[in-house]
Amino acid sequence: MVPRDVLYTPQSIEALDYARDLGNPGDFPYTRGIHASGYRGKLWTMRQFAGFGTPEETNERYRRLLAAGGTGLSVAFDLPTLMGRDPDHELSRGEVGKCGVNVTSLADMEALFAGIDLGAVTTSMTINGPAPMLLAMYLVVAEERGTDWATLSGTIQNDILKEFIAQKEFIYPPRPSMRLVTDVFAFCASHVPRWNTISVSGYHIREAGATAAQELAFTLRNGIEYVDYAIEAGLDVDVFAPRISFFFNSHSDFFEEIAKFRAARRIWARVMRDRFKAVNPRSWQMRFHAQTAGVSLTAQQPYNNVVRTALQALAATLGGTQSLHTNALDEALALPTEAAATLALRTQQIIAHETGIVDVVDPLGGSYFLEKLTCEIEGEAMAYIDKIDRMGGMVPAIERGFPQKEIAESAYQFQRAVESKEQVIVGVNEFVSPEHEEIGTLYIDESAGERQLARLDETRRRRDRSRVDAAIDRLQAGAKGESNLMPLLIDAVKAHATVGEMCDGLREVWGEYVEDPII
Amino acid sequence: MSQKIRVVIAKPGLDGHDRGAKVIARALRDAGMEVIYMGLRQTPEQIVSAALQEDADVIGLSILSGAHMHICPRIVELLREKQMSDVLVVVGGIIPDADVPRLNEIGIRGIFQPGTPMQEIVDFITKNTRTRVAFERLS
Repeated sequence: MVPRDVLYTPQSIEALDYARDLGNPGDFPYTRGIHASGYRGKLWTMRQFAGFGTPEETNERYRRLLAAGGTGLSVAFDLPTLMGRDPDHELSRGEVGKCGVNVTSLADMEALFAGIDLGAVTTSMTINGPAPMLLAMYLVVAEERGTDWATLSGTIQNDILKEFIAQKEFIYPPRPSMRLVTDVFAFCASHVPRWNTISVSGYHIREAGATAAQELAFTLRNGIEYVDYAIEAGLDVDVFAPRISFFFNSHSDFFEEIAKFRAARRIWARVMRDRFKAVNPRSWQMRFHAQTAGVSLTAQQPYNNVVRTALQALAATLGGTQSLHTNALDEALALPTEAAATLALRTQQIIAHETGIVDVVDPLGGSYFLEKLTCEIEGEAMAYIDKIDRMGGMVPAIERGFPQKEIAESAYQFQRAVESKEQVIVGVNEFVSPEHEEIGTLYIDESAGERQLARLDETRRRRDRSRVDAAIDRLQAGAKGESNLMPLLIDAVKAHATVGEMCDGLREVWGEYVEDPII
Repeated sequence: MSQKIRVVIAKPGLDGHDRGAKVIARALRDAGMEVIYMGLRQTPEQIVSAALQEDADVIGLSILSGAHMHICPRIVELLREKQMSDVLVVVGGIIPDADVPRLNEIGIRGIFQPGTPMQEIVDFITKNTRTRVAFERLS
């Protein structure tokens, strides 16, 4: 936590220059927001992350979320899909459909979006290692239905660096992984122009234990690394940079979070203009999604989580987020029930329509305290960014375990503070209730796994095996050379190759990444 | 001073959320135990074989993905096959109440759900390994 004074006064922000450091909303450096009219022009997108079991079950949840007033979709995949393993792989046992929806082949992607007009919704897909494979599936479904790729709008997370740092769902070593990321940038720039080709994510970094300043620093430094690699790959910064989006955690320290979002916009605008010489204002404007802090949810007294989430969501909106996911009260225990997920959406709707915070852009701008805190968190983040620059960038920093160690240290210090009650968690280490509060949770049994195995068998039986093999051979040849792999993956998807088969094809060429376990 | 409790900590399954595993590994080490942290995506076979090689008194598993009902019975079975049933198995993570009786039945008593203080885990391990460690190291 950034240290606080008891009182802030005009002296606290003497060094601040309004035009240089803040600017009006819509003006460089966008500290106060990227849109002049804030939420009066357009509310944030209420995008609830969801996925469990089979594609059919998740499709039903999506349709209900849209019917309840949700304005975007967000796909949560299960671990086998995230790790590029088919349901019949040894490591997938017991994991199919548990933490998200299982998508193995084109038939699954078709079922996931059945009855949903891909040209009319925006879809976010949280997938990283196999991001190009799942994006290829989405594009093929659109093509089958006659939806023009130019009308598709959405986001693929495609942020492999934070996987090495925090979430640990990596497949290949960092360098070939970075090539997959830039292949998606290049392909979408010419074929899917409205698609956000990366969501540079601090969310998972924070959940792994980082402080707010570390979340900000590592996320922005990852963003810088992607821009460096894309320029290196021959892309024009002003063509791909406007398609970069960010994803932050909205945690419990209310003002620190708001300051973090404002500092993020200011740093990114300056980095893009001054470091990368981007000239398109859209390259300077940081757009981000926020999610309330999953790690702050408690299994004890679960109804307290509704209050935590509401306050965190308020911080995200006062910080000017473009879209928001609010966690459900039961998520310390399981994936949310329908009722819990609906209440989480209602929380956003209450903030948007009942509190009046949407009427004024950056309503807290000019607060002595908030402006000072924004500068301090910016300073802390910049010190980290400089340090990583001196290491030669984020890939070398990851290879020596630097961000990983910093985060593990913060996580341990936080836990010690909880043990000593220096950090109070209501219902956990203070204000504890003697009785165990029971709430009904979603229980995912093994049946989804069985149904996915059956569908995989059917896909394998019905498709032309020689067409799959030929597509995988071409993919491997492409991986050994320089060509963009997206068209080759699209061909493989059309041949009904599975996620596991496509990922294995590349594993044979590039090998797998194994992390050095450090504590 | 060779009576340190030896603990193998591992994350089985596909999940990569290792915050809990690493925090507990450090807490046990700070409590004076010898901790072998195996890291991510360890199969039950790898975990049991490491416990054998390291002469571990305890196997600590961190599972958040819902795969515990597959992984835990397999580990217990492998320990029995290798005549290592005296190794204490503890599991932490998102374990629904509904699964606790079944885990108890197969002999896993140390089940730590979200919000458990680190000290409680240290105390449980210390109390439940004392006899084995004292006996083995002294004999």
